[in-house]
Amino acid sequence: MTNPSEGTFFLNGKDFANAGNASGSLKKVLEEMGVPPPLIRRASIAAFEAEMNTIIYAVAGIMHYYVTPGTIRVVLQDMGPGIADIDLAMTEGYSTAPDYIRDMGFGSGMGLPNIKKNADSLAINSVVGEGTTLEFVINLDKTA
Amino acid sequence: MTLDEIKDILDAETLSAHCDGNTPVERAYCADLMSDVLCFSFTNSLLITHLTNAQVIRTADVANIKAIVFCQGKKPPRETVVLAEGKKIPMLVTGYSMFDSCGKLYEKGLRGKSESDT
Repeated sequence: MTNPSEGTFFLNGKDFANAGNASGSLKKVLEEMGVPPPLIRRASIAAFEAEMNTIIYAVAGIMHYYVTPGTIRVVLQDMGPGIADIDLAMTEGYSTAPDYIRDMGFGSGMGLPNIKKNADSLAINSVVGEGTTLEFVINLDKTA
Repeated sequence: MTLDEIKDILDAETLSAHCDGNTPVERAYCADLMSDVLCFSFTNSLLITHLTNAQVIRTADVANIKAIVFCQGKKPPRETVVLAEGKKIPMLVTGYSMFDSCGKLYEKGLRGKSESDT
């Protein structure tokens, strides 16, 4: 792999026309760095789920990534409604998404569980009325 | 199975300007919930869906979907086609329903999860 890399993407709430651009750009960065494809897929999926959550629920947010020879670390900070019960939000199938989000194929309550599934570690800190910070890490010494 | 074979089996139309018919597809997955595609699909697989919005392409991109079949004759809007062209994801449209599309491809040997998957 090449040298460590980091970058930031800005996310606008309800900007569905550009939803996925940040994750797609992160995927390209990881490809150019020579990260193994199975790990790129896991990182891209986790980032996309988190990006969609920000765009669906928050006014705005940022996605910051840090890639070192050992890890991919992605942090999303949003200005959103916050999550009152994180354990409940982690339950597969639990969702507060409105119908128009479901019509787009999202909001089925699989986002956070899927981030957890694809990441080696996941941390969520949230304050209701202020926003949420989500951080996940994928270890690069794994091959799948 | 190649995209050309899939096109023949589904009597499908190619929507992509740069579609290599020899592209091999290893597996298939069908869903209208992109959340499910992100959770349960396989890398280098074919996605069969009714959904035609741009999020299908973005989902396919991060999930390493090899190609997309829109069933029931549903053609994607221009923004979806443009996005797919940019990401080099071939798209086909078939008049068959999702059930019939899956059945015809399964009958000809295309599979979803294999026994070797964990």
